[in-house]
Amino acid sequence: MSEAKPQALRAEALESILIERGLLKAEAVDEVIALFNERIGPMNGAQVVVKAWRDPDFKARLLADGTEAIKPFDFSGGQVDKLVVVENTPNVHNVVVCTLCSCYPWALLGLPPRWYKDPAYRSRVVREPRAVLKEFGVELDEGTEVRVWDSSAEIRYLVLPQVPEDAADLSEQALLDRVSRDAMIGVAL
Amino acid sequence: MDGIHDLGGKHGFGEVVREPNEPAFHERWEAVVFALSGAVGAAGVMRNVDQFRHAVERIDPVAYLDHGYYGRWLGGIENLLVEAGLLTQREIDDRVQRSGGVLGRVAARPSSAPDRVDYAPEGLEAQRPLSTVPSFRVGDAVVTQGAPCAGHTRLPAYARGKRGEVTAWHGGWIFPDANAHGQGERPAHLYTISFPGKTLWGAGAEPATSVSLDLFEPYLEKVAPS
Repeated sequence: MSEAKPQALRAEALESILIERGLLKAEAVDEVIALFNERIGPMNGAQVVVKAWRDPDFKARLLADGTEAIKPFDFSGGQVDKLVVVENTPNVHNVVVCTLCSCYPWALLGLPPRWYKDPAYRSRVVREPRAVLKEFGVELDEGTEVRVWDSSAEIRYLVLPQVPEDAADLSEQALLDRVSRDAMIGVAL
Repeated sequence: MDGIHDLGGKHGFGEVVREPNEPAFHERWEAVVFALSGAVGAAGVMRNVDQFRHAVERIDPVAYLDHGYYGRWLGGIENLLVEAGLLTQREIDDRVQRSGGVLGRVAARPSSAPDRVDYAPEGLEAQRPLSTVPSFRVGDAVVTQGAPCAGHTRLPAYARGKRGEVTAWHGGWIFPDANAHGQGERPAHLYTISFPGKTLWGAGAEPATSVSLDLFEPYLEKVAPS
């Protein structure tokens, strides 16, 4: 037999049983794959960040009430009951985690990467955020305060990275290309 | 519960392993599990996210660490399906073996006396406006509950019995500790509490770090500021 993992075989066994019972549509899996490959991903969060970089009024509204500020974008797929946007500055660096499960702002960033859900990140980033950030290549001054946000309820957090120094010379598309998923989690600059 | 899921601050997991250009799903079965989570919702077997999170927390702890994110979800989904009486683990085992596969370690650990969540949520969102006055204000010093609890909770072990400061109040929200067990939504005031690294990790804490958690009023007691 193949080298398929036992959990893969078990998932497919459940899939076939639930389809037979009429509890799962045969096309449901393809729909899930298409949804997260095409429609929901970090491009949504990047639009929010770039708008905040280019529009000071929007940035002020975003930091005051993230939920209300992103409503006009009408993002779907993965609920964000309340969005709190935390701003990186020369003196403060923010980083987001969910130590108890893997809460993540799906509507803005898509599905989380594996490392975000793995025990290493979840266990360590609350205890030694500077060491973890260093592994990600983020070197911070000793004086920079590090704030870790452990998403323990239904509030979702998005990091607003610092605006690039050459932002004024860049087109909207070039700015969008500068915003990485990792920067919006807080593990990149 | 003091489960393996409560990972904050645990030692020994080593470097964070990253993968460049990671796809949304690595293998088809991961998307299968995602679709199954929708199906158990539609079937009324999973009524709310708190119940689902607790179902995942209750899986085999070795599988929790070994089977990956979607393996954990699979265990939680199987717990709920079996506990609801929709199917038996034997049926799933038979189906796996009929396809020529090996069973391996099974993540699900269905309870023989499961909680019943027999009410539907009042809406998709978890916010519930409250008319009661919040007990704490921004700037208050609070101390978190020190004792562990056997059921579902969103107070991680590393933040138990710790002193922090209220930095935000978010109004009323469904209380997961009750809702996960079918005891009603019992909305409670929710606050962001900031804890200095030193408070959580002692003298070995990294300098100038803090951890903020969103915690429900029943977890908190007021203390006089020092």
